Amino acid sequence: MDPLPYILWFRDLGREARSLVGGKNASLGELMQAGVRVPSGFALTMRACEVFLERGGLRGRIDAALASVDPADEPALDRASRAVRALIEDAPLPGEVERELIASYRALADESGTPEPPVAVRSSATMEDSAETSFAGLQDTYLWVRGERSVALHTVRCWSSLYTPQAIAYRARFGLAPDAALMSVGVQRMVDARAAGVMFTLNPLNGDLSKIVIEASWGLGTAVVGGEVMPDRYWVDKVTGDILQRTIAAKTVQYLRAEGGGVVRAEVPPGLREAPCLSDDEVAELALLGKSIERSYGSPRDIEWAVDAAAPFPDNVLMLQCRPETVWSRREARPLVTPRATALEYVLDAMTSRLPPASRR
Amino acid sequence: MAIAESAPRTSAARFPSPFEVGTPPGAEGWRDMYPYYYLFSEERRQFEEAKFWYFDGMHHPEPLFPFDTITCESWWVALSQYTVRVFAIPPALGIDQRVVNGYLYISANAVTDPKEVERRAALFTKRAGYYYEHWNELYAKWEGKAKETIAELKAIVVPGLPDFEDEAVVTEGRGITSAYHLLAAYDRCIENMYKMWQLHFEFLNLGYLAYLTYYGFCKKAFPDIADQTVAKMVSGIDVMLFRPDDELKRLAKLALELGVADAFGDGRTPAQVLADLDKSAAGKKWVADLEKTKDPWFYFSYGAGFYHHHRSWIDDATLPFSSIRSYILRLRKGEDVSRPIAQVTAERDRLTAEYQALLKTPEDRKAFADQLGLARTVYPFVENHNFYVEHWHHTIFWNKIREFGALLAKHGVFADGDDIFYLHRFEVHDALYDLCTSWAVGTPARGPKYWPPIVAKRKAIIKKLREWQPVPALGPAPEVVTEPFTVMLWGITTDTVKTWLAPREAPGAARELRGFAGSPGVAEGPARVVLSVEQLGTVRDGEILVCPITAPSWTPVFTKIKAAVSDIGGIMCHAAIVSREYGLPAVVGTGYGTKNIKTGQRVRVDGNTGVVTILG
Repeated sequence: MDPLPYILWFRDLGREARSLVGGKNASLGELMQAGVRVPSGFALTMRACEVFLERGGLRGRIDAALASVDPADEPALDRASRAVRALIEDAPLPGEVERELIASYRALADESGTPEPPVAVRSSATMEDSAETSFAGLQDTYLWVRGERSVALHTVRCWSSLYTPQAIAYRARFGLAPDAALMSVGVQRMVDARAAGVMFTLNPLNGDLSKIVIEASWGLGTAVVGGEVMPDRYWVDKVTGDILQRTIAAKTVQYLRAEGGGVVRAEVPPGLREAPCLSDDEVAELALLGKSIERSYGSPRDIEWAVDAAAPFPDNVLMLQCRPETVWSRREARPLVTPRATALEYVLDAMTSRLPPASRR
Repeated sequence: MAIAESAPRTSAARFPSPFEVGTPPGAEGWRDMYPYYYLFSEERRQFEEAKFWYFDGMHHPEPLFPFDTITCESWWVALSQYTVRVFAIPPALGIDQRVVNGYLYISANAVTDPKEVERRAALFTKRAGYYYEHWNELYAKWEGKAKETIAELKAIVVPGLPDFEDEAVVTEGRGITSAYHLLAAYDRCIENMYKMWQLHFEFLNLGYLAYLTYYGFCKKAFPDIADQTVAKMVSGIDVMLFRPDDELKRLAKLALELGVADAFGDGRTPAQVLADLDKSAAGKKWVADLEKTKDPWFYFSYGAGFYHHHRSWIDDATLPFSSIRSYILRLRKGEDVSRPIAQVTAERDRLTAEYQALLKTPEDRKAFADQLGLARTVYPFVENHNFYVEHWHHTIFWNKIREFGALLAKHGVFADGDDIFYLHRFEVHDALYDLCTSWAVGTPARGPKYWPPIVAKRKAIIKKLREWQPVPALGPAPEVVTEPFTVMLWGITTDTVKTWLAPREAPGAARELRGFAGSPGVAEGPARVVLSVEQLGTVRDGEILVCPITAPSWTPVFTKIKAAVSDIGGIMCHAAIVSREYGLPAVVGTGYGTKNIKTGQRVRVDGNTGVVTILG
């Protein structure tokens, strides 16, 4: 019997599951185990990916298609990538993987009381939470996917994104074995977002750890993450929970659920553009969740979140993604003031530091 | 003797020169109301024109009555001497004062010569170090000195001038008469006022410096941290300024316990309530408690205490009585009106621990702990000194001066005792001397003919000056404001100066005013502009108070209003502390609130961001 499962539910995942389900999926499990509201879902493990690629000689055909490609030759790389991705997307799911996937999706349907619950299908690699974020950024997310066939189809598409030209070139450049390329996929219940965005548990402008900064816009988070919209911005004091400052921007575009699945980009109706997309209570709730998430990880986080259009407050405030903040957390902290033995010396320093440099102590 | 004359770095922008400010029509002759040293003059023009002066609307929002300049003059000396001559605060000299059209303008002075700064730093380290180190024991001593000074003032008797001296003057061979006692009593009152202000500043400069250091560190470590949060981590729990209100709550409870609460009917005057209470034994018991409570807790000014017409609860108990009534109503509804002290303490500890943990290095955590520790040591004085000086002492002082006014009125010098405040304190001495002389000789004094026309003219001048809107500042605008007290106490920063300059370019009412976030929360409502204490009665439920400066003793009004906006005020101003205590949004230091906002206009007060928006 195969010791490694094909499917694992988010709620059963901890940090140690990273090698099996990738950083993104593992972090959702961690959030759930820390008691944070996260839409439920499951992961197709690396093992499921491996079985898929090994079955029917798919890996051999991929290796053959890539064997003679020079990563520096862009047109050739593009052609090879297209060929490999077509190979993958045409390949059937191994029977046992498909059966488990369908069973899990049905369990999600039962849980939600909807026959074909809309889900987000996302890739989740092992390395993406570490330095190679540029690699992580290449992977795919499919929103508002409905039905067993469609979930299976998009799962395979995620796997095929292992062979984008950039990913192939990346592995070649760093000398990674071609068969080291494995990908976990997350299937997560879709939030019908009224508003969504990102949250940093520090001030990304100056590294101040006492602030939480929230960016928010109408609809799905895509517009905020992709920088397509000037979001509303809130600065919250992490300790007091007070909203210190808010800027309400003119939000012109939003991503919404499309009729019959998928997502559409739409204009924000004029009357809503300059209206705040979050209530103060929602901002406060987000900040509270952000603070507790940071506390459970022990370091600042970069979080994606959404506010559900239908659920009542505070159940409508949901966390979708969570990554370590990397810019300020890596900088070496230096003392803000010259260390002194007595408070009096600090007083003296503070007074003289207000003077022109020549008269400073 | 001048130690140094500063040449502040200034930007090209200028406020009007003090020599360009015209006299409002009808106020001609205002200069005669003030001593020569208070006026801008040709002799010092070069020096005076090179300096940046700003209107001290925070402490002296109204035109100065000639007598009331005594408070300014007392702090002019007291504040400055502790900076310059006692503690040698390295980069600062004292704060200068001038009067323009009856309003007080002040100017900070800096020491810029590095050698001089260094020389002073050595002295400062020794002297301030001693005070910081022995703060609690010196402060305990201070409280003794303050109470003693108040007791001395209270003990001063203002003698009348009898037809014939008491026989005891002869039989006891006293050799000294009422004329001497009268002049001596007056002199003692004036000396006592000077003395109280010496005490006022004994600790204050060092207190503010310690707080400012800690404040600056917090702002550096946590940019944009709210001023009120910085203050919350040091503020004391047992603050004297809250005590009068706490006493009213206690008296409300006592009235319910004794079953006499019905005496506090709607719209009844204190006299009616007291008459009712006097009819029962339980009522008498309550009144006895009230009498005990009054000293000192009703020596609580309706204003800041700086002006003679800032009366206190002891003079007019209408507000405390209506406050007792409202507490009775709330207690009957089962509300808990007491301050949640355990909760406030726990919150203070939580804030402190969490912010400290957010600092990134052990050095910073130590610096924070050291600076916070010193700030907490000095804070009880910073929070409590106002009660001793401006409330308790000054209430007695103004009333003592009223006794001299009544005496002069009795002898025909004034039509009304309060006319005394239209004379400068040196002139009052003259008027008393004139009176004593005529009493001694038995011939008419010149005063009854001499002073009434002067008083009448000055009344007209003050009225005109009240209508004049003081310009916020004079002279060259500084590029940066660095003087610690200007920033700390007056709340004037580089940004404030920029804001002041801006409306000159765009005259007309700005729809958005920026100030300090004094107390968190957001509120909307109709504005009520209150320019002085007397207009406080016009405030209606649910209005937003817009005033030059709020005073803590306006407490009963704070239970009516939704938010407060003030023209002047920094992070340490009395108003911010009390607004926070009462959970009321407040924006302080807007500069132009009373000018731009009209009574009845809808305004939005955002106490989180420090913005006031005029909506309609």
